[in-house]
Amino acid sequence: MSEFKVSCKALRATEEICHKFHNDPGELISILHETQNTLGYIPEAVQRVIARELGIPEQKVYGVVTFYSFFSMVPKGKYPVSVCLGTACYVRGSDKVLEEFKRVLGIEVGETTPDGKFSLDCLRCVGACGLAPVATIGEKVYGRLNPSDIKKIVSEFGD
Amino acid sequence: MKITSADVLEDIRRKAVQALAVREESNQSVQETACGLEKGTPHIQILCCGGTGCKASDSAKIVENFRASLSAHGVADKVDVVVPGCFGFCEKGPIVKIIPDNTFYTSVRPEDVEEIVTQHIIGGNKVERLLYKDPGTGATISDSKHMNFYRKQMRIALRNCGFIDPENILEYIARDGYKALAESLQRDSLEVLADIKASGLRGRGGAGFPTGVKWEIARKFDAPDKYVVCNADEGDPGAFMDRSIMEGDPNSVVEAMMICGYCINAHHGLIYIRAEYPLAVHRLQVAIAQAEELGLLGKNILGTGFDFDIEIRYGAGAFVCGEETALIHSMEGKRGEPTLKPPFPAEAGYFGKPTNVNNVETLANVPVILTRGPQWFASIGTEKSKGTKVFALAGKINNVGLIEVPMGTTLREIIYDIGGGVKNGKKFKAVQTGGPSGGCLTEKHLDIPIDYESLTAAGSMMGSGGMIVMDEDDCMVSVAKFFLEFTVDESCGKCTPCRIGNRRMLEILTRITDGRGTLEDLDKLENLAKVIKDTALCGLGQTSPNPVLSTLANFREEYVEHVRDHVCRAHKCKALLTYSIDPVLCKGCSACARGCPAEAIVGEVRKPFVINPEKCIRCGMCMSRCKFGAINVI
Repeated sequence: MSEFKVSCKALRATEEICHKFHNDPGELISILHETQNTLGYIPEAVQRVIARELGIPEQKVYGVVTFYSFFSMVPKGKYPVSVCLGTACYVRGSDKVLEEFKRVLGIEVGETTPDGKFSLDCLRCVGACGLAPVATIGEKVYGRLNPSDIKKIVSEFGD
Repeated sequence: MKITSADVLEDIRRKAVQALAVREESNQSVQETACGLEKGTPHIQILCCGGTGCKASDSAKIVENFRASLSAHGVADKVDVVVPGCFGFCEKGPIVKIIPDNTFYTSVRPEDVEEIVTQHIIGGNKVERLLYKDPGTGATISDSKHMNFYRKQMRIALRNCGFIDPENILEYIARDGYKALAESLQRDSLEVLADIKASGLRGRGGAGFPTGVKWEIARKFDAPDKYVVCNADEGDPGAFMDRSIMEGDPNSVVEAMMICGYCINAHHGLIYIRAEYPLAVHRLQVAIAQAEELGLLGKNILGTGFDFDIEIRYGAGAFVCGEETALIHSMEGKRGEPTLKPPFPAEAGYFGKPTNVNNVETLANVPVILTRGPQWFASIGTEKSKGTKVFALAGKINNVGLIEVPMGTTLREIIYDIGGGVKNGKKFKAVQTGGPSGGCLTEKHLDIPIDYESLTAAGSMMGSGGMIVMDEDDCMVSVAKFFLEFTVDESCGKCTPCRIGNRRMLEILTRITDGRGTLEDLDKLENLAKVIKDTALCGLGQTSPNPVLSTLANFREEYVEHVRDHVCRAHKCKALLTYSIDPVLCKGCSACARGCPAEAIVGEVRKPFVINPEKCIRCGMCMSRCKFGAINVI
């Protein structure tokens, strides 16, 4: 497992989040959600802080972080791309959309581009099945995608 | 302002009804002529869909443009812009509805707003080009009542979706909201429970357990702390009914949880919701806050001495958490792994306390059952499955959307009458119900009346109500593999049959789609599937072989073709495809060769090109680039 350097500020922010939830182990998932919202990811060092604050073993925190697909131990890109692989999108060709994203971004699922700009993930249904196939970049949902649209969409983020 | 008694609630309801009266009336009638401020219509309401689907198509921008345009024309005081939840007709979204003439505009773009305002809202003439055109007859239909999509529907759980503003509790109260709660609190809780039992309501999350019986069991376990849990972890890909209910009518869920609490003597409610549904979370938060502010939630509700509070807990992306024991573990801050039942959550659930778990759609039915009576509800549906069911219609179908039909409606009515048939005039092949736990049904199942029992007998299941239509271009082996990839991904790993068995099945399916399968593999697959079904720990594992078993039963010939003839008739399985160029049709334009990423196509310009099968990676790029239809694939 790769180790990411985490700033003291981030560790202190994590402590504060734990305090906000009264260091209650029952609130672990809420704490992880908020930590990820604040830091963007939950590296090992941060997990250690959470374990210490809540008074539970580190492997418990690690176990929960790795169990849920929502939590990430690596930093996501500035523009996280998620391609929907729900059934409705699948039958309308989302596999081809995903392949094209991989090709255009030059990364595999779960990876981040070297410049830290894009990361690529899959998700299972955002509930916009009427627009299938869909992908999300950040908060924005792109619907009725065609593999030939991908290059243009990615270039919109060329700042 | 606090609502301190049922009488105060009734006063508020009467006032709120007036505010909603125009919308209510126009919903009942159809007006051919458009309303318009210049024609003397005193007040107009514009309803812009605020569901996730329409929001993804810029409906927020549409709302913004309406507000700006109305102000610019100086008519903002005469026109209200309301943002209700999902109308259901997602295929034609974003939807904009004009009240009082009940005009239903489809596929509205932000730039269409100005035209709607000047021509319709002010001028009193409908914007023809945005009206719905019936694909069968070509006729223009300006109101939803006459569209085939809505005609066969019966909206009970979705009664308020697309009608009320979900962020205004008064609009919910105007439609008899919290009336069922007020009446229930004045009755003996056993009587209320008896009504739910008599209605025949069954769990809408998939398994179909009778809701009244579940409550009765939960009531028996006495403890100072008991919990009512709303399962809003809608994990089935392709199902979005729970999301739409929470986004469009969150108060119905809140009210039903309280009624359940009253019936089983619980005073705490928890809603476990997917983190992927930010809008639904927001609407629930608003509903809870407004109910608390009015005193409908909290201590001494309506002066009856009954206390109830509701908290929201978030999921974090694990399909297995839809299983109630896994869900409870997740709420406790643990890995969402299921445990063996018994003990059932009713006895030992959230932190060991008696807990009753119900699904969103189930709860949404509760208030209306009590206000209209259990006999009314029991008169709808089939012998064993009462009421209606919401389905999310998606895939290769003309009218993608959210529909609600009485139990006992046939698949044919849903797919052809409401759904408008298969997209692009292709041939219907299968419909997948029940998500990754369900199965694929075929042409021969189209006329069975849908209910819990009939779907199970046909080798599928009700599930939460996802319904994905597939056409002749879908390979059923690939579909089975797709679902298995999902279950392998989502298996929590606790029990061996699910963790290892599903992986083995996926390996066999991958062999078959790669053209390396044997006929013995098919028997192995079937045996393994049956073993997993019988031995897995929880619902996820026990149902995960269903897509494989149902495709093997209904489409065995396709499996055989894959292994024996190395042919995928839908042309989906890459390894089994052979691309070639028809020398007669090929004009030698070289478009294919220039597009080929593997440089597998060679030839001279203006002469037929040739594909080198050794180099071909079967990506299909040549086929999409050829303008002359010269590329063949078998």
